[in-house]
Amino acid sequence: MSPIVSVRNLVKTYKTGFQALKGVNLDIAEGEIIALLGPNGAGKTTLISTICGIVHPTSGTVTVGGHDVLTQYRAARTLIGLVPQEITLEPFETPLNTCRLSRGLFGKARDDAHIEKVLRQLSLWDKKDSRIVTLSGGMKRRVLIAKALSHEPRVLFLDEPTAGVDVELRKDMWKVVEDLRASGVTIILTTHYIEEAEAIADRVGMIAKGEILLVQDKAELMAQLGKKQLRIDLLAPLDTLPPDLAGRGLEVTPDGHGLIYTYDTRAERTGITTLLNDLQKAGLHMTDLSTSQSSLEDIFVGLVKENA
Amino acid sequence: MNTQAIRAIYIYEMKRFFRTLLQSFISPVISTSLYFVVFGAAIGSRIDTVEGVSYGTFIVPGLIMLSVMTQATSNASFAIYFPKFIGTIYELLSAPVNFLEITIGYVGAAATKALFIGTVILATAALFVDLHIEHPLAMVAFLVMTCVSFALLGFIIGIWARNFEQLQLIPLLIITPLVFLGGSFYSVTMLPPIWQAITHFNPVLYLISGFRWSFFGMADVPIGLSLMAIALFTGLCVGAIWLIFRTGWRIRQ
Ligand SMILES: Nc1ncnc2c1ncn2[C@@H]1O[C@H](COP(=O)(O)OP(=O)(O)OP(=O)(O)O)[C@@H](O)[C@H]1O
Ligand SMILES: [Mg+2]
Repeated sequence: MSPIVSVRNLVKTYKTGFQALKGVNLDIAEGEIIALLGPNGAGKTTLISTICGIVHPTSGTVTVGGHDVLTQYRAARTLIGLVPQEITLEPFETPLNTCRLSRGLFGKARDDAHIEKVLRQLSLWDKKDSRIVTLSGGMKRRVLIAKALSHEPRVLFLDEPTAGVDVELRKDMWKVVEDLRASGVTIILTTHYIEEAEAIADRVGMIAKGEILLVQDKAELMAQLGKKQLRIDLLAPLDTLPPDLAGRGLEVTPDGHGLIYTYDTRAERTGITTLLNDLQKAGLHMTDLSTSQSSLEDIFVGLVKENA
Repeated sequence: MNTQAIRAIYIYEMKRFFRTLLQSFISPVISTSLYFVVFGAAIGSRIDTVEGVSYGTFIVPGLIMLSVMTQATSNASFAIYFPKFIGTIYELLSAPVNFLEITIGYVGAAATKALFIGTVILATAALFVDLHIEHPLAMVAFLVMTCVSFALLGFIIGIWARNFEQLQLIPLLIITPLVFLGGSFYSVTMLPPIWQAITHFNPVLYLISGFRWSFFGMADVPIGLSLMAIALFTGLCVGAIWLIFRTGWRIRQ
């Protein structure tokens, strides 16, 4: 199946001469949720803005639903909903009016039943006629989401949807994203929160300094993350591994004072019990045990350092 | 053509207007009444007639033009400047709309508001002076064209402006003087020859003159010239807006 969003060699150099995107390639499949992770200034917003038509690309091509975003902008943009990073709303308007405007702008006939559904889904219905200036920050962010959903997009861009949103609301929002995916909407979200990517994404892309460092299935990524290490501190240092203990993935630390055992937490048997029994039989005295797991964050920080 | 978008922008903008309807209604009524008290009754009583029309009646077209031009300009400039200022323009830029649809929506709404105010002033004026409109159809046509063309100009100003001062600057420094010096409250024939010649470079003169012709059947410049002037002005504004959206000048990074 051809991707719903396809980005090829996308370069963006701002007027200041700053190159915010350095030849980005990215394919997004219909119906998936992809999370783009990256530090401040990585180029996440620039990438999204270029796809949505707010920023003009310096070179490269972007297609949405097979339509070029520059030459066939009407067909491409009709499919897109955008929730911007900054809260930008007219303070004296009401959620209902601003949603109606969004729907019309994207060429859809007025449909108050749909807007009601969206506002209810986002728990904004009782605020529909309040002036936006009287809403809380979290509500305003939901108004932005409601605006984007008003015109029934097939691809939804969420630029840090949960920034400044409390834990409770964040969970609610994940639920909304889940529901949207169930209705077939493709979702691209940016976030600084690794747990957010873990919680809702199918794929995770990592971006830093205008380059995509990695795009991977979350499941694969999690498999890497599923590996755990057990460190065993020994009373007496070892030079080499006793022959009885060879062949089960055990390593001696450089200083000889410890052993490292790598295992898969999701395997039927981790082999820890047997290992500890065998250590005792081999006459090794243990002084301490500790386990560690590499998180998405470790992988990410590692990647960013490598590219620094 | 994304007619839904035009409709949506137009309705959205008009709603803003209806929220402040009372204010939109009262301020032209009060200012028009003041003009009539000062110019019509106080000063006008010392002037018999201008070109056979009582002074109070003579200033009606100019008075309407003055308000309509400034209102159309400020409404349209604010309508597009505000989204730019607070950032909601992102939605216009990412929507499947072209420059023509955006312009029709915003300029249409601004022109409608100006038209409403023009009508209110005309009605108020009718309470103070005897009004006989010689060419009613031409009067409406001139009024509508002026509303549209000045809303177009305002739209350009709104895109150009980088701050609120600039937003007010052009109307204050250029439009108001041009309107006052364009014969709003006098006939150009009352000026010394040298000033008459200079005044003919003022584009507003042609609009006011044409509008006044539709009331009284007499004008400072030939009516054909007035029509050409307004067509040229409108064409220039549309061209400028097309260029602005094509290049993304001051709206797209
Ligand atoms: N209009 C602009 N002119 C010049 N440089 C810009 C402009 N917008 C963004 N940049 C620069 O481009 C880089 C990428 O910015 P961008 O907003 O895409 O980052 P981001 O990944 O979204 O960051 P954050 O997580 O902070 O939102 C930054 O270094 C930023 O300073
Ligand atoms: Mg950003």
